[in-house]
Amino acid sequence: MATKMAQYKGSAQYIVSDELRNSVNIAIALGKPLLIKGEPGTGKTMLAQSIAEALDKQLIIWNIKSTTKAQEGLYVYDTVQRLYDSQFQDHDVSNIKQYIKHGKLGEAFRSHDQVVLLIDEIDKADLEFPNDLLWELDQMSYYIPETKETITARTRPIVIITSNAEKELPDAFLRRCIFHYIAFPEPDEMERIIRVHHPNLDKRLLEQAMETFYMLRNLNNIQKKPSTSELIDWLQALVVGGISPSKIKQDMPFLGVLLKKNEDLDLLLNGLQAKTQNRSKPRSSMWGR
Amino acid sequence: MFTEFYYYLKNFGVPVSFNEWQDLMEALDQGMAGSSLTGFYYLCRALLVKTEAHYDRFDLAFASYFQDIEAVEGLPEKIWEWLNREVPPLEVTEAMRRNHQQLDIEEMKRMLAERLAEQTEQHHGGNRWVGTGGTSPFGHSGYHPGGIRIGGDTRSLYAVKVAGMRRFQEFRTDETLGVRQFQLALRKLRQFTTRLDGAREELDLEGTIDQTCQNAGRLELKWARPRVNSMKVMLLMDAGGSMWPYTRLCNQLFTAVHKSSHFKDLKVFYFHNCIYDWLYNDPSCSQRDYTDTEYILRTCDSNYRVIIVGDASMGYAELMRPGGIIDWDLDNDRAGIEWLRRLRQHFEYSVWLNPIPARYWDRMEGAFTIGAIRTVFPMEELTVEGLERSIRKLKSRSRAGEESKLVY
Ligand SMILES: Nc1ncnc2c1ncn2[C@@H]1O[C@H](COP(=O)(O)OP(=O)(O)O)[C@@H](O)[C@H]1O
Ligand SMILES: [Mg+2]
Repeated sequence: MATKMAQYKGSAQYIVSDELRNSVNIAIALGKPLLIKGEPGTGKTMLAQSIAEALDKQLIIWNIKSTTKAQEGLYVYDTVQRLYDSQFQDHDVSNIKQYIKHGKLGEAFRSHDQVVLLIDEIDKADLEFPNDLLWELDQMSYYIPETKETITARTRPIVIITSNAEKELPDAFLRRCIFHYIAFPEPDEMERIIRVHHPNLDKRLLEQAMETFYMLRNLNNIQKKPSTSELIDWLQALVVGGISPSKIKQDMPFLGVLLKKNEDLDLLLNGLQAKTQNRSKPRSSMWGR
Repeated sequence: MFTEFYYYLKNFGVPVSFNEWQDLMEALDQGMAGSSLTGFYYLCRALLVKTEAHYDRFDLAFASYFQDIEAVEGLPEKIWEWLNREVPPLEVTEAMRRNHQQLDIEEMKRMLAERLAEQTEQHHGGNRWVGTGGTSPFGHSGYHPGGIRIGGDTRSLYAVKVAGMRRFQEFRTDETLGVRQFQLALRKLRQFTTRLDGAREELDLEGTIDQTCQNAGRLELKWARPRVNSMKVMLLMDAGGSMWPYTRLCNQLFTAVHKSSHFKDLKVFYFHNCIYDWLYNDPSCSQRDYTDTEYILRTCDSNYRVIIVGDASMGYAELMRPGGIIDWDLDNDRAGIEWLRRLRQHFEYSVWLNPIPARYWDRMEGAFTIGAIRTVFPMEELTVEGLERSIRKLKSRSRAGEESKLVY
């Protein structure tokens, strides 16, 4: 029954919206993987940490790279090691079990207590990757033909999967997940997030910095919008640099912390310049019939 | 019946499968919506919607479904049932009790029904629930005076209100996009020279090592089929002034095309508003660095997939008259439209991507030339969905101008 399950309520270091908390609890109750999507820096990875901490469970992290194969998450049969051993004849190579190395998924399934399994940045991998995990995530078990063993989860892990939306994920995979998109925090939520990291921040400094930050995010042609973590870093820089709040909007010090792309910096500077000059109109307004 | 909601979702373009719907029914039967319509909203969304691009459609469907329900009594019986389960324990403070003492259940129901009616009217007035704050005897969320449950809670309205705010409009794929999404769409533009059942003639190194190790050292060669993409692509981009507002969009497409390393050949040329006898090699459209259109027609075979990107908006003469070219120091003895027709005739697999949203095509300054060009090339919006449609068109010969009724 839903109410008997562990309920996630957030943790001290992590600010969670009602919506997100809701989705986490739905996923836990239904025993389905929770797929979290959102811009980089919106706290996707940290969510898994927060869940593990709040529910007092071990966190197992599987970081996905472009070369990661689904099989690695289950187990690898270290045939090369076996080959070596067979050359030196000081091991019993007929015991294949010793050459089976369990991956993160395997670790999560084999754990005695329920764990939180984070499959981080699944969109980094090949397009087929999620499909290759369908069965295992559904059944929470897999078969090792080499040893004729079946590994089955003792307790279904709480599975959190994150994606930066670099790729669309296959439909069959999506159908099995609870999906949640972390919208970029509104200023009031952002303020609460900031307070977690900088509890003693000067109120005026925060105000001015936030205004500048959201202004930059709203610029039209910006390629890489600054994220939460960049705002946190920027505030740190402003404090360490002893910048006076009144200077922030006007001078925008340490702008490189917020805008990582040179094109974006150029765009901003050009934009500021254009305000003071009178640009000629683009051609579209000069058509005559 | 609540099943209707399923069809609402379908109608609003949320692809819901039967499995997901079953899951939702199960979750609801388990009482997972909690006791508020808001919980109900989030539960439905978490289970039925799998991309933020469809959040907006979901909101529209949700708002529209519940908006059609006139008063609180109109809520389908089934929903009441789901929501009435597992009421959270009451925590009644003195202040709450004082607030609600004077209202009995009937009174509460009546007031709620009134509020709902108001809400609907307001919506019909065109003001989509936004900013309907205000005070209400139901406003102490979470408190269920006298045992009235969801219905006696403003949050019930709140869910519809939230849906009506359309917070996710900007995530629609028909409106936003990124390089990766373009790239993904472009990946579908492939054509392998070998059939799937071709000969295995390429050494599969990994497979060989793997198999040899499995055999504890006895060599076993593994062979794979070579897969070569034979797709050749030509990108023609408008670099004219009226394209400025779409620079970022075009850059994204440009980057995506370039990153798509799976094409056998990629050629990129630029033009200024319309195509004439020259195509420029560089976006600055410098008159010293160009290729003759004639030369391209002669040397590039008709298997090239041609993607033209431009707003197709220009002056009448620029498209229709010899000598109409916009650059004052150049002249053209054939009208732009003639060049376009020749290109289309040669490159049968071609599309025109327009960064201007399709809904403005008949209404804006360039409507005439857009219409004329649409009779030559199939035109799509430059969005992820538009690109996907184009790619389908690029795979087979498609006719232009079906959609356009323009006669000139
Ligand atoms: N809701 C939040 N509460 C607290 N800190 C947050 C929150 N969201 C983001 N952060 C901060 O931003 C940083 C980046 O978050 P992270 O989880 O790595 O983002 P993502 O995985 O989405 O790219 C975190 O280390 C944390 O400092
Ligand atoms: Mg992360």
